[in-house]
Amino acid sequence: MDTLRKKRKAFVDQNDCVACGCCVKVCPFSAIRVDRGIMAAVDQEKCVGCGKCARECPASVITIQEVAV
Amino acid sequence: MKKHWYDYLWIVSLTYLILGFFNILFAWLGLLCFFIPLIISIAKGTKGYCNRYCGRGQLFGLIGGRFGLSRKKDVPKWMKSKWFRYGFLIFFFIMFFQMLWNTYLVFAGTQDLRQAVTLLWTFKLPWRWAYHGSLVSPWTAQFAFGFYSVMLTSTVLGFVTMILFKPRSWCVYCPMGTMTQLICKAKNKN
Repeated sequence: MDTLRKKRKAFVDQNDCVACGCCVKVCPFSAIRVDRGIMAAVDQEKCVGCGKCARECPASVITIQEVAV
Repeated sequence: MKKHWYDYLWIVSLTYLILGFFNILFAWLGLLCFFIPLIISIAKGTKGYCNRYCGRGQLFGLIGGRFGLSRKKDVPKWMKSKWFRYGFLIFFFIMFFQMLWNTYLVFAGTQDLRQAVTLLWTFKLPWRWAYHGSLVSPWTAQFAFGFYSVMLTSTVLGFVTMILFKPRSWCVYCPMGTMTQLICKAKNKN
């Protein structure tokens, strides 16, 4: 039996992130923050991959990806 | 989610735009939108202004998001590219200094006060009704007309991209946002 479980998590393309903080406002788990005014950073522990930040992001630089945990 | 006092700053932004229709001298207050983000980024090294206090961003978020006046499509790739964002910042700077130059010319007496708001750096809109005479020196009124032109132009641009793309698309290429991000990058290099 495959013991690998997959979870959905948000990932930020930090090259194109404008650090506006729109994602922070909509995250229900406070799992994303703007790091030093440069880019958004996801707390992978808290993120449940709901995709609210990805929908909100004006630059569309957040994607929801499946990762093995 | 709990609302904070700063979640209502969109009212201030809206009021600012409306006041400019009645008395152009209110345009001077817009300098707050320039200095506060700069001070926060220089002093604290964060984009706290964009993240929390930007009333214009909230206004776009409200009209485009809550009221649905937005297609909610992705912005085109070029719009979030560095060359466009930095290019737009430089263009904005040039236009800003041109406005300051015009103010200086009126101050020096070589140019008369032009009671007009220039939209999108091209279209001169007559705006006489918002100027009520000579209580202040003409250059302060010239600066007000120029500054209001900057604010109205950027609002119109932001409004168009709000409709076409995501509500807060303006934040992607907002010159103040780009500038404060650059300051943060420089400040937090280590």
